[in-house]
Amino acid sequence: MDQFAVKVFVRLRPSVLDPAGEATKSASIKLGAEGIKSLRIGKMIEVKIEGNGENEVREKIDLLCDRLFANTVIEDYEYSLEKL
Amino acid sequence: MDNFTVGVVVFPGSNCDRDVSWALEGCLGIRTKYLWHESSDLSNVDAIVLPGGFSYGDYLRCGAIARFSPLINALDEFVKSGKRVLGICNGFQILTESGFLPGALTANKNLNFICDDVELDIVSSKGGWFNNGDEKQTIKLPIAHGEGRYHCDSDTLKKLVDNELIALRYKNNPNGSSFDIAGITNEKGNVLGLMPHPERACEETIGGTDGLFTLKSLILK
Repeated sequence: MDQFAVKVFVRLRPSVLDPAGEATKSASIKLGAEGIKSLRIGKMIEVKIEGNGENEVREKIDLLCDRLFANTVIEDYEYSLEKL
Repeated sequence: MDNFTVGVVVFPGSNCDRDVSWALEGCLGIRTKYLWHESSDLSNVDAIVLPGGFSYGDYLRCGAIARFSPLINALDEFVKSGKRVLGICNGFQILTESGFLPGALTANKNLNFICDDVELDIVSSKGGWFNNGDEKQTIKLPIAHGEGRYHCDSDTLKKLVDNELIALRYKNNPNGSSFDIAGITNEKGNVLGLMPHPERACEETIGGTDGLFTLKSLILK
């Protein structure tokens, strides 16, 4: 069994308004940060998982992302995978 | 209808289960039974209400974890049999997360938790959930949510409109919902999800009775 560290990034789809991102952008500007064109908030999920090789683990992570970690009606996901 | 029983689902974090039960039993004389989320035996209930609250603490997304409970897994067959399911607020979020209704509910546009009475237009009486007479009608129901902004893609919206699946629209959209949507049904009409709380509008002394019709319609065949 191989063990992998996976980092999943879940983001609101570009077409979905992110009011929390807008509020944070507004606070960033009040802090004095200049040049911010866009600010959107997502989630990062760290998973340690074992399986027989990368392909099998990718299948499991795809299922988790598609069915649980992200709601694909409003969110997109991507992940990186590192063998431990 | 003496033995008709409405199952009121209780998740960890539900907080409107007792309100729903009070409204059904106390105001309408309809028998209720609490259903713990770990139960998958729905044989003793004739209709189901998924009440409001914060199931599983709203972790990950509202309704995302509740979707995997044994009870929700058993709901598919219940819905296919034509029995009626009403999802209120968090219940609506669970119904969208689990795919019984299209779209998704996300953070209110103004980020506030909105607790208010709202005016709603009855758009469709599909499934008989609302009293939609000859003329367009308006009702007033309370809302209480932080994540009630209905969102769907344009194809889904077209489908909702074309098939008369939009049940309720806000008169003054409080949360930024697409097309002012406050409640929708499935195509068959036996599943309704809505953000407003009909169970909180069942008694004149607490502000109105516009929610009675929807709760009463749970006993429709």
